Amino acid sequence: MNDESLATIFINACLVNNFVLAYFLGICPFLGVSGKRDTAVRMGAAVTFVMLVSSVAAYGIHALLTWADAPYLELISFIAVIASTVQLVEMFIKKVSRPLFEALGIFLPLITTNCAILAVALFQTNKGYGLIQSVVFAFGAGVGFTLALFLISGLREKLELADTPDIVRGTAITLLLAGMLSICFMGFAGLFN
Amino acid sequence: MAVGLQTEVPGAADDFLAGVWKRNPVFVQVLGMCPVLAVTNTAMNALAMGLATAFVLVMSSTVVSTIRKIVPHQVRIVTFILIIATFVTIVDYLIQAISLGLHRALGAFISLIVVNCLILGRAEAFASQNRIGRSILDAAGMGVGFTLALLCLGGVRELLGAGSLFGVPLLGSSFEPWTVMMLPPGGFFSLAAWLLLFSGLKQRRERKLAGEAVT
Repeated sequence: MNDESLATIFINACLVNNFVLAYFLGICPFLGVSGKRDTAVRMGAAVTFVMLVSSVAAYGIHALLTWADAPYLELISFIAVIASTVQLVEMFIKKVSRPLFEALGIFLPLITTNCAILAVALFQTNKGYGLIQSVVFAFGAGVGFTLALFLISGLREKLELADTPDIVRGTAITLLLAGMLSICFMGFAGLFN
Repeated sequence: MAVGLQTEVPGAADDFLAGVWKRNPVFVQVLGMCPVLAVTNTAMNALAMGLATAFVLVMSSTVVSTIRKIVPHQVRIVTFILIIATFVTIVDYLIQAISLGLHRALGAFISLIVVNCLILGRAEAFASQNRIGRSILDAAGMGVGFTLALLCLGGVRELLGAGSLFGVPLLGSSFEPWTVMMLPPGGFFSLAAWLLLFSGLKQRRERKLAGEAVT
């Protein structure tokens, strides 16, 4: 059992150890759908939702597998649960908002292979968080992911108007920007010991 | 990234070499970025991660290619993921048995090989449509290309961040380490630098080709 307070867990997951900028998790959607601010925020919301659901599920699975004494099945069951949650979200978004569904495109099913989500499940198990701690951790991670996506998409919108040399266009300049953002987020490192 | 789009039927060597160079998963296709950035702070970690990924890639491509005709189309992605997860679990225990220190250094990133888009991508795009032999060659090429790319990054980051390579000090005691290279921003910066180098090379080649076409 872990006795960190909920506020510490949240701020840690969201800012100090930001999933994208400190742990390099979820880089693919970070580079792929961060062209527009609007899409970025909605993608972030979808990821946060999947994180919350799979975090609760992962807590249950971990308890069940510990009871059944079969830890080697953990990884396989985690990924199966995440895949089905993503399917659910996909159907929901398709029904509710067709344009959003088309804007997210291939990146929606790819949430399944978004390492940030599996990482939430793995980290909370490794750290031995309780149920409420797990949910707060997942929420913090989701907010942090959305924040990173939103910041970089804002920068990229400006960048489109800027006069950059041909050679840095595309991934290279985005990575340089991400590196600078990452340096900024290192400033939060002193918040906790 | 349509570099590898060719119409002629490729031979065995082409299947292998495409992954190493022409369609390098990291530098050309920009796939599987998370482990590329996260565990390349030393050359040793990079090598271990590359080999583990290559092993999972080859094994899962073999199995996927073997069963490609009996898997129903609708459930293929789930099937592929479960196959991959099985091999990752094996690798996880294997590394734990070989070196506990390495297992701690790589941490959750070994389990996260499951969600490396490179592996699922090869299973879906190549192994599920080709014979076993070609699938193994393709997976091996991609695995080697991935490992080389990780080593490129890990080597630069360890050399600049700690002045050593594979733990052997190279730059002498007067060298002031660039600590930032070991930290997360260093990962972004060194990958950006490598991509810049490759896009620079590509541009030069294209200009040369254009020059030849004119004369």
